[in-house]
Amino acid sequence: MALNDVATTPPTPATKKAANQRSSGTSRLHARERRIGLAFIAVPLVGFTIFTLYPLIFSVYASLTQWNGLGPMNFIGLGNYERLLQDEYFHKALFNTFYLMIGIPIGLILSLLLALAMNRKMRGTTFFRTIYYIPVISSLAAIAIMWQWAYNGDFGLINQTLAIFGIDGPNWLENTSTVKPAIILMTVWKGLGYSMLLYLAAIQSVPASLYEAAALDGAGALRKFRSITLPMVRPVTFFLVVTSIIGGAQVFIEINIMTPDGGPQFSSATIVWYIWQKAFDNLQMGYAASMSIVLGLIVFVITAIQFRLNARNSFSIE
Amino acid sequence: MTTVESPSQGLDPIKAPSSKLPKLGTGKLLIPGKGFGPASSQGKQRLGNIIVGFVLSLGGIIMVGPLLWTLSTSLKTREGVFALPPQWIPDPFVWENYVRIWTAGPLLSGITNSLIVAFSVTIVGTVFSSLAAYAFAKLRIPFRNGFFLILLSGLMIPYPTLMIPQFVMFSEWGWVNTLLPLIVPGLFGNIMMIFFLRQYLSSVPDSMLEAAKIDGAGYLQTFGRMVLPLIRPAIAAQFILWFMAIWNDYLAPIIYLNSPEKQTLQLVIASFNAQYAIQTDYPLIMAASFVALIPVLLIFLIFQRQIIESIALTGSKG
Repeated sequence: MALNDVATTPPTPATKKAANQRSSGTSRLHARERRIGLAFIAVPLVGFTIFTLYPLIFSVYASLTQWNGLGPMNFIGLGNYERLLQDEYFHKALFNTFYLMIGIPIGLILSLLLALAMNRKMRGTTFFRTIYYIPVISSLAAIAIMWQWAYNGDFGLINQTLAIFGIDGPNWLENTSTVKPAIILMTVWKGLGYSMLLYLAAIQSVPASLYEAAALDGAGALRKFRSITLPMVRPVTFFLVVTSIIGGAQVFIEINIMTPDGGPQFSSATIVWYIWQKAFDNLQMGYAASMSIVLGLIVFVITAIQFRLNARNSFSIE
Repeated sequence: MTTVESPSQGLDPIKAPSSKLPKLGTGKLLIPGKGFGPASSQGKQRLGNIIVGFVLSLGGIIMVGPLLWTLSTSLKTREGVFALPPQWIPDPFVWENYVRIWTAGPLLSGITNSLIVAFSVTIVGTVFSSLAAYAFAKLRIPFRNGFFLILLSGLMIPYPTLMIPQFVMFSEWGWVNTLLPLIVPGLFGNIMMIFFLRQYLSSVPDSMLEAAKIDGAGYLQTFGRMVLPLIRPAIAAQFILWFMAIWNDYLAPIIYLNSPEKQTLQLVIASFNAQYAIQTDYPLIMAASFVALIPVLLIFLIFQRQIIESIALTGSKG
């Protein structure tokens, strides 16, 4: 079994040294515990080194070269990054990616309202919870195919529904001004159940005594929501904002399926879509790597900012 | 925090830490029981329920509408798709579409490939993840928290940043157009799973495991006899979530798998979409997409409780 192989691999020099220092005075039992413990955590650490750390370092180096993925890597310093500053397609992809994030606040507000509704003592909430959750577990590829059909200009579900109200809908995915809102609508629809569920769990964990105390103080429903519910669900909001931005920065599947060529006039191409196209269609691996580093930095910076903001104003209740 | 006394109930208790509770000053005036107001507010409550129920139903229709529309389209004739006004109930029912999909593209091999990838990764990866989680939570290892933070930092690196070097690495190993690039990295375990299992284990008192050690049980024995039964509900929930994530994966498969018979299910339905949209054979596309949705839909409906509870836990632990 692979387990035995791992158990025999020696610890790294640094850990061995520390282990020796501490082992003076401790029993042989502890030395064994250390060895086995290190063997258990070695598996994911080896995986991390091969499939995350090494590729990350390689990616940084590749971003400094001109390279087609097969031939030699010509070191060009920051040449790729200078090219990024001038590449209008890259700017457009960046813009589109952030534009699509408009869906995040919309989804959060809607899902909080939904969670409040589901928190009421009434029948059928479990049923609704299941219904709203189905899009979340469904594969995005299948969902994107379905919605591409729903957005069909002549026979799609959306335009046929609009026709009932006498509205002549556009050809959603072929139109520069509607393609992004169309994708946002689909993303909000798919993610609603997930954030609703997290909000619902947070709301239900608020002690009822808080509301009772507030009611005694004469607080109305709105006041209770603003002063108790909202601050109490803030950690969930924070979690959702961070994870949605990290996910939103990596939008690819729906673009690849719904607008395979990046949409009319590149109007729905995202960063990851552009990286993918440059790397695997145009074989400009070095240039694509530089974009992927920028993407990694964006994700890192956004996460760091969010953590700073959250640390500063967490749990302040007026 | 979960408690050891009720490991079978598992993941439900989500409580706000008491230190974070706001102080409203009137806590002592609590009236036991409900007593939320006079009888007239019950009528108000009922009216509220009716309104909320109506809104939730409307939302529910929007949530399942596109899915039902897919199902309906998949049972129509090619011409029936373009009927005006649109038919929600196909006339006639064309069950034959569900026969045609198996010969119109490599749907069966797509399902087989997806099953191979998802099962091999989740089964092996879960073993290594839970061993690592046990070590991180309960064994004395030098630099334990340091190693854990290194693993966690991997969560902040987006996959697109790593995909180019990974692709080059795997193509040097001759793994392109095989399932190996999708399987092997996952075998080393899943950081999210390690994180949650470790969290879950940290609520198990050390004394329980120490007792087993004194009785002379080895670490693997302790793990198999004591730890595994304790964390089984958490493992089950994480296993299901991981399985669904791999089943729905798209970006990695599209990079590595070129030939149709090697593709996973999500890629197969995407190529159905690209190929048959030109021939306006929408019923065929929708039937294939619906088939791709069914396995995950079934898993969700069967394991709904575990899935929903562990998702709700994500927010409070994240």
